[in-house]
Amino acid sequence: MATVELTFSALPAHVRTARLVATAIARRTGVAEALLDEVRLAVGEACSRAVEAHRVHCPGEPIRIELRDDSGRFEVTVTDSAPNDDLQSPGTANGLVSVEASADSMFGIVPEMPGLGIAVIAGLADDVEVSPGPTGVRIRMSWPAATPNGVPAH
Amino acid sequence: MDLKLDHRTEDRLTIVEVEGEIDVYTAPRLRELLIDLVNKGNFHLLVNMEKVDFLDSTGLGVLVGGLKRVRAHDGSLELVCTQERILKIFRITGLTKVFGIYASVDEAKEAHGRDK
Repeated sequence: MATVELTFSALPAHVRTARLVATAIARRTGVAEALLDEVRLAVGEACSRAVEAHRVHCPGEPIRIELRDDSGRFEVTVTDSAPNDDLQSPGTANGLVSVEASADSMFGIVPEMPGLGIAVIAGLADDVEVSPGPTGVRIRMSWPAATPNGVPAH
Repeated sequence: MDLKLDHRTEDRLTIVEVEGEIDVYTAPRLRELLIDLVNKGNFHLLVNMEKVDFLDSTGLGVLVGGLKRVRAHDGSLELVCTQERILKIFRITGLTKVFGIYASVDEAKEAHGRDK
């Protein structure tokens, strides 16, 4: 069950807000201090990518972010609503592609280096799932958090 | 925190002081500054990132874009950065091999002087 869900308009200024919210909830959930920078950066990358995709395809649609505390892990899911024809490629039949496979085909948030944001996320979170679909992309990532009794999960 | 930008020229080296967060919201300002500096003939840039609190791939892209522009004029774009959390993103993306990264402005100036 999601502990927090929020939606925001596809504006670059809101990405910082999403980062701050995610970091605050990660801290409260018991994610180790040493990992909070990684959470902040990875969530920012996912939201930046979504904002850029929406600005191209559907600027009026909001971006959704879910922050969950499940089974000793802090899980963040960023979902956009931007159609992506490029994602109908071999290897996506089950709706999932590996991060490596998807990185080059994603909308890049950096004109000079498309796909860099996804590559950064893959380098930061030890558990990442990129799920492209015809109606948008979902990026789910998680980090170890404290269990309900406060003992860090492994 | 917002992004603060300043720059000065010492000898042939233009030092760009960056403070705050470089992300999808603020990076366009850094991009504009780098483009403006190159357009005005500043082809040797040193970006001091010691006061940068946050850097994401948008910021990396701006730095790479700046590097491409100065290299087109046989110039250079190097960085000053000692913060581990900032260096980490350069390592993840392999960009430590692309940028010269120094521990201080003085160290970078010294290296730049040797290369002249």
